Amino acid sequence: MDVLKPQIGDWWHALLQGAGLSSGWIVFLDALVITLILLGLGLTSVLFAVWLERKLAARVQDRLGPNRVGPYGLVQTVADALKLLTKEDITPDNAERLSYNLAPGLAVFAVLMLLLVIPFGPGLIGADINVGVLYLVAMGSVGIMAILMAGWSSNNKYALLGGFRAVAQLLSYEIPMILAMSVPVLFAGTMSMEKLVEQQAHGRWFGVVMPAAFFLYFLAALAENERTPFDLLEADSEIVAGYHIEYSGMKFAWFFLAFFLNTLILSAIATTLFLGGWRGPFVEQVPALGIFYFLAKSFVLVFAFMWIRATFPRLRIDQMMAFAWKVMVPTGLVLVLVAAVFVKLPVAPLVRDVLLFLVNVFILLVVAGLVGRHLRLQIKRLSEGAAVVS
Amino acid sequence: MLNTYAVIGLYALVALTFPFIVLLFARLVRPSKPNPLKNSTYECGMETIGDTWVQFRAQYYLFALVFVVFDVEVVFLYPWAVAYGKLGLFALVEMALFIGLLAVALVYAWRKGILEWQ
Repeated sequence: MDVLKPQIGDWWHALLQGAGLSSGWIVFLDALVITLILLGLGLTSVLFAVWLERKLAARVQDRLGPNRVGPYGLVQTVADALKLLTKEDITPDNAERLSYNLAPGLAVFAVLMLLLVIPFGPGLIGADINVGVLYLVAMGSVGIMAILMAGWSSNNKYALLGGFRAVAQLLSYEIPMILAMSVPVLFAGTMSMEKLVEQQAHGRWFGVVMPAAFFLYFLAALAENERTPFDLLEADSEIVAGYHIEYSGMKFAWFFLAFFLNTLILSAIATTLFLGGWRGPFVEQVPALGIFYFLAKSFVLVFAFMWIRATFPRLRIDQMMAFAWKVMVPTGLVLVLVAAVFVKLPVAPLVRDVLLFLVNVFILLVVAGLVGRHLRLQIKRLSEGAAVVS
Repeated sequence: MLNTYAVIGLYALVALTFPFIVLLFARLVRPSKPNPLKNSTYECGMETIGDTWVQFRAQYYLFALVFVVFDVEVVFLYPWAVAYGKLGLFALVEMALFIGLLAVALVYAWRKGILEWQ
């Protein structure tokens, strides 16, 4: 299925060789073109995502949202970006200057690096490395460091609290996320993002076979993206804005960009790992359709992210930590073992998939039931007047 | 294969320098009129009292410790998951034992009250 990139690539390489360039130069120019395409794609898609989020949140709250700059306010984000670029950039006197200035750039770097291993269509991938999923996990952690640097170096108590909360939350939710991501790897027997999509042929999406793993990933992604109901690290009513409170101008814009690009990329990863990536009807005949399917699936998830943000209240920090360690981590461990047992089961693939689906639904129901029972007990105890924490 | 890593190298270089180049550019076009009041911590509110860089609560440290245990587990989990199809039933038993041990550790931490946020 390596269709699109080789076709364009052959034409491109013939052109370069015709111009009489050495192979070293061709490798360099290849890399340069991929880099520029991915950066351009990443930055422009953020402009659209910001507009989408504002428009959606406005509709949920019975407002119109941006509607002045351009048709449907589409160019509003460009205007905002220009405004942020020309806005005065204030560095507090007490700030630790080196990490204060490094943090926004590092946050953007960490997110941009993730774009490299996402397959947008058949063969359309920046770098198809054989450790793709591990690369995603590793690069995802760099962003946490940027947030801690920003929170600590601002020398502001709100920012520091935001930074601490960020590290506690992002680290805790990384574990269930990694466990959920290991399930597709287990099925496919590869960590290459391109091969993971190839393994999900004939509608056998890993998210359909293992809905519980997909759900676990989705919840963890919400937390990793600092979105409601897990947005304590920038809870406006408690710590004003968290780690980026002292940032203004373009440095703030970088944190903002990193946040929105992260939303898009987490959805893209979910699409690749669980929803069949660019797979869909007739994609074998018309490979270009793959790009459409990929973007459509990703934006359905982005829509869900934004919808949840517009409608859900925020959790308390003890609830948030308890949910990660007492609900999601045990569920993740059980799911990995269940997947491993079923892969070795000596039955027909179809029977196995149906059984796995049923077991997954059962696990989801049991976990939801247990959490619900716990909550009902708490409410009962609270209404009886006893002081309950946890 | 080497070409792939050439792409990653160049991309990493550009992705790392690009934000800072834009920041330098912004420096040229933006106004800069600092004054002591504007540059104070938490500009629009009251100065905070006392030092910011205080000792933080030990709770975060405990969570970090539990995290390290599980993060190391992942280092073993991913190679196992990749090779699982080629390995025999022994791989399953082995990983079940490993995850079982981790589960015991998690239960221990839970019973010890480390997972309670005070």
